[in-house]
Amino acid sequence: MYGNFSVCFSARKRRVHGMLKLYYGLNEEGKTVDQAESMNPCDINGTHFDPEVYLNKLRRECSLGELMDQESCMVKQIRSLDSDMQTLVYENYNKFISATDTIRKMKNDFKKMEDEMDCLSTNMAAITEFSAHISGTLQDQHAQITKLSGVHTLLRKLQFLFELPARLNKCLELQAYSQAVSSHRRARCVLQQYSHMPSFRGIQDDCHAIMDKLAQELRQKFRDGGSSAKDLSECVELLLQLDEPAEELCDKFLIHAQSRLEANLRGLEAETDILEFIDRGCNEFVSSLCLVIASYQELFVNRPQEGNLASKNIPHMAIGKLHAFVDAMATCYFSLVERRIQEEKSVGDNSLLVRALDRFHRRLQAVAKLLPGSAVPSQGTEIVVRAARERIQQYLAALQSFYLDSLRDVRQALAAPRLGGSSAGGELLSSLSASILNQIKSVMASVQLFTAKDITFSNKPYFKGEFCSQGVRESLVVNFIKFVCQSSRQFCESVGDRGGSTPPALLLLLSRLCLDYETSTITYILTLTDEQFLVQHRSPVTAVAALCGEAREAAQKLLNHYVKVQGLIISQMLRKSVETRDWVNTIEPRNVRAVMKRVVEDTTSIDVQVSLLYEEGTRKAHSSDSSKRTFSVYSGSRQQTRYAPSYTPSAAMDTNFLSNIHKLFSERIDIFSPVEFNKVSVVTGIIKISLKTFLECVRLRTFGRYGLQQIQVDCNYLQMYLWRFVSDENLVHFLLDEIVGSTAHRCLDPAPMEQSVIEVICERG
Amino acid sequence: MEDDAPVIYGLEFQARALTSQTAESDAIRFLVGTQSLKFDNQIHIIDFDDENNIISKSVLLHQAGEIWHISASPADKAVLSTCYNKNATQLLSIFVATSESRVVTCGAVWRMPPEWESGSHESPDDPHNSHNPQNLELLCHLDNSAHGNASSVLWEPMGDGTRVISLADNHALLWDLTESSTQATISSSATLEGKGQLKFTSGKWGPHHNCTQLATANDTAIRGWDLRTMSQIYCIENAHGQLVRDLDFNPNKQYYLASCGDDCKVKFWDVRNINEPVKSLEEHSHWVWSVRYNHSHDQLVLTGSSDSRVILSNMVSISSEPFGHLVDDDDLSDGEDNHQYDKSKEPLQDSIISTYEEHEDSVYAVEWSSADPWLFASLSYDGRLVINRVPRALKYHILL
Repeated sequence: MYGNFSVCFSARKRRVHGMLKLYYGLNEEGKTVDQAESMNPCDINGTHFDPEVYLNKLRRECSLGELMDQESCMVKQIRSLDSDMQTLVYENYNKFISATDTIRKMKNDFKKMEDEMDCLSTNMAAITEFSAHISGTLQDQHAQITKLSGVHTLLRKLQFLFELPARLNKCLELQAYSQAVSSHRRARCVLQQYSHMPSFRGIQDDCHAIMDKLAQELRQKFRDGGSSAKDLSECVELLLQLDEPAEELCDKFLIHAQSRLEANLRGLEAETDILEFIDRGCNEFVSSLCLVIASYQELFVNRPQEGNLASKNIPHMAIGKLHAFVDAMATCYFSLVERRIQEEKSVGDNSLLVRALDRFHRRLQAVAKLLPGSAVPSQGTEIVVRAARERIQQYLAALQSFYLDSLRDVRQALAAPRLGGSSAGGELLSSLSASILNQIKSVMASVQLFTAKDITFSNKPYFKGEFCSQGVRESLVVNFIKFVCQSSRQFCESVGDRGGSTPPALLLLLSRLCLDYETSTITYILTLTDEQFLVQHRSPVTAVAALCGEAREAAQKLLNHYVKVQGLIISQMLRKSVETRDWVNTIEPRNVRAVMKRVVEDTTSIDVQVSLLYEEGTRKAHSSDSSKRTFSVYSGSRQQTRYAPSYTPSAAMDTNFLSNIHKLFSERIDIFSPVEFNKVSVVTGIIKISLKTFLECVRLRTFGRYGLQQIQVDCNYLQMYLWRFVSDENLVHFLLDEIVGSTAHRCLDPAPMEQSVIEVICERG
Repeated sequence: MEDDAPVIYGLEFQARALTSQTAESDAIRFLVGTQSLKFDNQIHIIDFDDENNIISKSVLLHQAGEIWHISASPADKAVLSTCYNKNATQLLSIFVATSESRVVTCGAVWRMPPEWESGSHESPDDPHNSHNPQNLELLCHLDNSAHGNASSVLWEPMGDGTRVISLADNHALLWDLTESSTQATISSSATLEGKGQLKFTSGKWGPHHNCTQLATANDTAIRGWDLRTMSQIYCIENAHGQLVRDLDFNPNKQYYLASCGDDCKVKFWDVRNINEPVKSLEEHSHWVWSVRYNHSHDQLVLTGSSDSRVILSNMVSISSEPFGHLVDDDDLSDGEDNHQYDKSKEPLQDSIISTYEEHEDSVYAVEWSSADPWLFASLSYDGRLVINRVPRALKYHILL
């Protein structure tokens, strides 16, 4: 029985399973796989098993044996299945019994719980009722409390307000300005809003008074200025917050700074050394200025802008003011510096000035950095440029005065009694020229400091270009050379007339100097300048050739003048000697007149003097017997023919017939003609002038017989000695002939002396 | 237009003295005095026919001696004065007789014989007509033996020929001549005082200020004299570096004076400022012996020098017509201020117009013609007289 139950239970269970499966919509796993199989109606285990079909199939397919086997197998299987079923039923039955027990127990428990739940529900209802009641009673008080709390807050604010004056006062006393200002700022709006109420008005007025006092104090502090930059900045900050007008603050700040800077400037006035002066200027004034600029910018320009201050565009205004201020201060300073630089006249040591200027310039760069766009640095550069220009002018003046001093020395040396003979000329020239050259070089070295690499302003365009070309080359070197030429020329012009004020030797020396300049020195100096200063000729400069031309012109003029002066000196001697003598009543000549010897001596010394400075020069070949040449005065040859028939009874034409012929075929002699740069030409010029004077003077006199003879002797003597000095001895012959001829013509009793006698007298000396 | 070639005339003797015949305003006529110690000296009257370019001459004998200076009366064509050395033969006789002889230079006033003009106009090449040259008629001696050697005789410019000044050593003597010029009396005199032997080298009677001024040169100084008081009114010390040789007044511009000297320079002075010359020229290469303003166009200045050259300069800037000839004279009410209105006209440049090199010996005298303002003569020591004209181009430039 138990077995049956079990099978039954198991079948039921299977069904139950199937129903649950169906309910949950699930298929048992594994069964789905052989679903096709289970669809097979012949599958005995399948759900679609059809016993008819299965039987038919068996009958058709199986033999009897097999059927028998099948049948027994089947029976066997049924049996085992029945037993299984019985087992199952039994098991399930037991389980069912225990479940029934459990449910019964649960039934009891629930009953109990239901009672408790009823109790709870009653309690809850009571609580709800109570709560509603309490709420109802507390409603009124709550509103009141809220109101009270509001009043409390207000009261605290009011208290703050009422206490504000006192607090501010206290802050003032403690100098806690910032706290005061922030307190006041908090209260300010409220006070402003309620200012129509008298009490608040009072507070406001009090506050205002206090704040005014505070502002006053701040201003005072600000004005005192002794305070540190930070304090100052705080001051300004607070003042700005107090609605102090920024413009006024700027002004005040700047005025204050100005007084300090001016004090600095005043301190500068009494200084001695330029470097020290600039140093102090930099350290005191420029530093202070930078400080002022920095703190000012800190205060007014770079301040973070907040609130209503931003709208006022303070930085713009402030920057404007700062620029104006800095410019004004810098102008004061610059004028001082310029005055000081102008005082710097001594040209001894340029390095000091250059260093000073460098420092000056360098320090101003700081201002440039602090205050971009300021005109100050460029003005500073201007000053440096001006100073450099000025300096060049000073050096030029120094060079010029040095040159004049040198000339004075040379003049003194020339005037001094000749100790070492007359050889001094060449040495003087070389020493003069060397000392001038040295001076130029030293000046250039000094000026070069301006362009040194380590000098800040040397890379400014002015110092790279114009300073070198226009400044140093033109203003200094070229002008100096021009000055030399010009002053040399002045020797010929202003004092030249009398010839006395400038020693002729100096003229000669200067002439040689100028000539040397023309040939080499100018080129050398200018090349040196160009090299040392790397002159780049952007602007037109004086060409070397032009300068050389000028120098040569000056040399020529000086030499001409020298010839003229020396010629004049000898001329004067000759003229006096001819004019003062009574030639009609003179005695028979026994000697050469002393003046002729003097003329020869002077000519010789001039020859020596010139030979020291100038080369010999060329002369025409002369005959061996130059000194022996006779004068054909009144010799027969002159009377051979008559030039033209004349109504005058005698040979009036004869005396100058030959000389006329001579003149026809010879070149015209220019007496005061330009000379060449050599000794012979110079001495020839002098002799020409002298002899021409002699001729003219003779023509103004009347001679007796012995007068003529004396002139013959004199001329022969001159002939003996002068031919060697001149380039073309024929010139001397011609002029002397002319003199003797003219004398003969001016003679009342023309009886010439025998040539032999003349020679004897001349040789006797 | 080609300029005419210079006309050259040769004298047989050496000569220094040249003057134009001041009183003659039609014919171009120059007087030349010769210097000869041995022969009778002559005065050559040289007429120049401008149209035909022909020279004609007359010769008058000046037997008194060699002529150092000659000047013609401004009033009477026939009257002239000379400074001369006593005749050589006389001198020689003195010389022989007494060993103490002196060469003395005298001044005298002469009249040319009336026939000279109508008479022998001969060509210089024809010696046969010159056998019998006429003598000058002596009017009077400017007897100055007490005052030394006469260096020059000056006639009162534009005067009536009755007043002359003679310069003798360091004296300036003002003579009054009688109507016929036969008698001369010293009316006043001035003496140059100073160290050493002072001697007037030349002088000029100023045409301005009613002819009351005289300028003289001695050594390197130029002095001005007031003839009314015979006292010195100015003195330009060191006017030239060396001897001052000649002077001339600007005929059209008061106070202006030209001087020349041994320093080869020609200087122009405004005597109101004697410290420095207004202008200075240095064109000659030897002593300048003579300087002459053109009488009508005072920008034209002529100089002669012992470098044998004659130079004609155009000194417009300091002339009385610094802006050239004023063509628009009529438009202007006040002629004196012409230059004020005439600024638009560029002032002309001073320049050397021309250098004349026809001479071969020293030129001691140059002279403008009194008749033709564009013509001048120069005389060199060898007796060569050259007559030149101002270049036509310049002439027209000045005139037009």
